[in-house]
Amino acid sequence: MELDVLISEWRSYVSSHREVAADDVEELEAHLRDQVETLRSAGLADDEAFLVAVKRLGSLDALSREFAREHSERLWKQLIAAPEADESSGTDFKVMLGWAVAAAVIVQLPRLLSPNDLDAAWSFYVRNISLLVLPMIAGYFAWKRRMPWRHLIGPGLVFLAGLLFANAYPYARLGSTEILTGIHLPILLWLVFGIVYLGGRWQTGRMDFIRFTGEWFIYYVLIALGGGVLTGVTIELFAAIGVPADPFVSGWLLPSGAAGALLVAGWLVEAKQAVIENMAPVLTRVFTPLFAAMLIASLAAMLWTGHGIDQSRDVLILFDVLLVVVLGLLLYSISARDPLAEHGLSDVIQVVLVVSALVVDVLALTAILSRIADLGFTPNRTAGLGLNLVLLVNLAWSAWLSIGFLRNRRPFADLERWETSYIPVYAVWAALVVVVLPIVFGFA
Amino acid sequence: MRVAKDLMAASATPIVLSILSDGESYGYAILKRVHEVSAGELEWTDGMLYPLLHRLARLGFVKAVWRSPEGRRRRYYTITDRGRQALGVHRRQWDLVSTVLNGIWSEMHSLAAPGVA
Repeated sequence: MELDVLISEWRSYVSSHREVAADDVEELEAHLRDQVETLRSAGLADDEAFLVAVKRLGSLDALSREFAREHSERLWKQLIAAPEADESSGTDFKVMLGWAVAAAVIVQLPRLLSPNDLDAAWSFYVRNISLLVLPMIAGYFAWKRRMPWRHLIGPGLVFLAGLLFANAYPYARLGSTEILTGIHLPILLWLVFGIVYLGGRWQTGRMDFIRFTGEWFIYYVLIALGGGVLTGVTIELFAAIGVPADPFVSGWLLPSGAAGALLVAGWLVEAKQAVIENMAPVLTRVFTPLFAAMLIASLAAMLWTGHGIDQSRDVLILFDVLLVVVLGLLLYSISARDPLAEHGLSDVIQVVLVVSALVVDVLALTAILSRIADLGFTPNRTAGLGLNLVLLVNLAWSAWLSIGFLRNRRPFADLERWETSYIPVYAVWAALVVVVLPIVFGFA
Repeated sequence: MRVAKDLMAASATPIVLSILSDGESYGYAILKRVHEVSAGELEWTDGMLYPLLHRLARLGFVKAVWRSPEGRRRRYYTITDRGRQALGVHRRQWDLVSTVLNGIWSEMHSLAAPGVA
């Protein structure tokens, strides 16, 4: 009886180390009980046996460090949980708020500086929106991680190069290449921001950045939903009073709120770790089968009707968006998965998702290629072709590795390593679209 | 006998894989086996075995399953084909090192083996 009390006290002490997961505590407890039993049969009293057994387990600090090194997903938690002292999280919040206000103000500047030429302002925003807001979130994390200046030189140079290419090229106003730059520059800069976020751990920590991105996205969507309700109510309320609120809402509240929310979501991911941790894996579990079912249904419909993917531009863009979402889902569920766990139903569903996405990708690729064969290259088709090829390689090898994992041929870690080492390919592709594509197509 | 920390770290993986290649086992039993075979001379810090086992599982050298055949729930580890291959590599390396050391030591006529003199 007394032994159980000792062990449960020990257990709650061990559990307070975040790096040691519940499963590990149970494993260690089984070990402790085995050891105590052996010692007792050698003639030791309960409490003596317990003390010896605990001592033989070794220093708990060293042990939890070792666990953290082995399980990077927990190391990440620890990295974030580090400033547990509440006074420091107070400053953290204030600094975040400062950067958020800066982001909210800076998105207003271009509009206010050229009040008469709406088209020019739009074209400026399309090219520069990521250059306006992403440095703010990067600045916040550079402060938070206490990054030395020399580590900021590389990312800073990429941001400067982005600024240069986005603004020095003589783009046709709101033409294809300008819009493509507007889509691809944020991707490139987000990945560069990842270097800052990880505070120099880019080689080992890419999975952590994927985790961050997924959770940041969830928080951002939640804030956007709440913000949508707020703005809707605001407009209606003031309309009822007889004061038109639309100009304020669309001019000030929406853009500045969207920019500031970027920072708030990033801060929330770090500050409210434990909350989202339970939510994000659940969301991926819910949506992985749904997306798999949707892809299979669309493939079945194509087979049934005999129509391939429609060659029209909107449809092709739709499919690209769909594939990117699937890839995000895949990446996030990989990052949230315990690499030690046995494969189960969710892994089978994941393979189904990847394989059906692969088939859709091949169909989209043939559609793009036949459109190119008929009508020649355009900026949009070239960008679509490139993206589909990059996705094809990623998905095909992912499918191969996941099937190998299901057949017990390879460990889950292989898949994880492949996904993380492929991330820079997206950055390179995005950079090519921003830098080379406009020149090739004469800034059309 | 005190074994240097580096040597302990380097030998832990092949020792664990070798024990598991005899059949599945769990943490406490693995440590007991090490204790038996070394006649109590090789003392590991018990807890450190578990992060090592998890690393081997992540590398795909072993598979881990929770089971409770004797009442107590334990995580059982089984070696995989990949683990056997890795063990083979380890074995060749250790054979080489020990052949070299023994060869050199047997040529050193002037020196008796430590402890014999």
